[in-house]
Amino acid sequence: MFLLAAALLMQPAAEPPVDWDKEFGVEEKVRDPATGELPVDPYVQSNRNAGATPFAGTAMATAFGGQDGIRRIAHRTVELSEADPRIAEIFKAHDMVRLKRTLFEQFCHILNAGCDYSGRDMASSHKDMGVRMRDLNALVENLQAAMREEGIGFAAQNRFLGKLAPMSGDVVTR
Amino acid sequence: MDQPLFRLLAALSLACAATPVAAEEAPLIDGGKLLLTNGVATIEGTSGGGLATWSTIAGRATDRGIGLSGHITLIELPDYGWQSRGVAIGIANRIELSYARQNFDTREVGTALGLGRGYVLNQDIFAAKLRLAGDTVYGNALLPQISVGVEHKRNRDAPVARAVGAAHGSGTDITLSATKLLLSHSVLVNATARLTKANQTGLLGFGTASDDTHRLQFEGSVAYQLSRRAVIGAEFRSKPDNLAIAREDDWWDLFAAYALTDHLTVTAAYVDLGSIATFDQQRGGFLSAQIAF
Repeated sequence: MFLLAAALLMQPAAEPPVDWDKEFGVEEKVRDPATGELPVDPYVQSNRNAGATPFAGTAMATAFGGQDGIRRIAHRTVELSEADPRIAEIFKAHDMVRLKRTLFEQFCHILNAGCDYSGRDMASSHKDMGVRMRDLNALVENLQAAMREEGIGFAAQNRFLGKLAPMSGDVVTR
Repeated sequence: MDQPLFRLLAALSLACAATPVAAEEAPLIDGGKLLLTNGVATIEGTSGGGLATWSTIAGRATDRGIGLSGHITLIELPDYGWQSRGVAIGIANRIELSYARQNFDTREVGTALGLGRGYVLNQDIFAAKLRLAGDTVYGNALLPQISVGVEHKRNRDAPVARAVGAAHGSGTDITLSATKLLLSHSVLVNATARLTKANQTGLLGFGTASDDTHRLQFEGSVAYQLSRRAVIGAEFRSKPDNLAIAREDDWWDLFAAYALTDHLTVTAAYVDLGSIATFDQQRGGFLSAQIAF
């Protein structure tokens, strides 16, 4: 009892509450009420940031079920990866709302389904993420699973992966 | 607490936040390769397509892990039975070390050759392979994965090999392989150049007294990926024809490989091994099981 009383007596007088965010210089990011996305630093937008020349013609866009099918595949790939213990940690720190949109745009643009890509290029968007070859393979498996669920033929799956595979050097941290 | 300490703490926490966010710490045996991209064991214990060595690295590890694999292969021919058993380790998808034992049952031919019925020729193969450049799947679509390999073969029946005219009971092959999965066509292509003295891969020894030089041979494979788990293909392998007493033919095969699980791949093939020790038309079945981690 004595010790407790002493401890209580030693408490300093009440101070005004500390604004820890201010002390640590943290600026709270607010999601855009319309898009639900967090703000990002400005960058130059270009379809070249998609990292691959789009397919010619409409065959691939059709094979992937147009924009609706491509959107489901892109979103599903992100969801599977968020739930994948091998790579979930990499996704946790990022804006999944924005990733779903930009991944859809990238897929849609490359598949020539009528989209412009508004995201950053692969090198700067994956910088400092620490992505390893093993992680990239896990992501590819999740994309394959998403395409399989959407009923995309294996040859068409591979044709699409063939557009993405050369980007590995920009994604994987050496 | 004074302000400088706050600043230090703030700086430290920011420094931590800026550190790359690594995924869950990968185990050493990471098993992270895409299915089938480790190839299947060859009869010589290297990773490849069954008869032909590829530039692939055995095991399922990626660039930071260690992969392991083991295989059993049976080739049933009209006059012979051939087994290959072996293990391989892949280090960081860069180096492959393998060992295989081949047992070649001469059955009735053993009687005809004066060896005795069912005489079995044995050979040990110690091999190493180094990936020099490229990736089978990723990177520049026109740059294949390129590897150089060395296969040291020790025939355990050297007296027999010498009796049929071979100069040596052991020999060393050098291979240079290029492999690429052309995703746009779902086709995997491999080309391998091999310098070798081996007679029938070494089962009948190496070189001859009159011709004891390494010969340049070619191995080619083309495979079509049906699904993540299934692939069909064809292979060709040229061979030297050194021995005077028996003609040696080039080989070819048609194969199908299926990954039953992430760790078990079964390969079945129809093989034409031509003439072996004067017994022609050795065409038959090839069945192989590979376990890989």
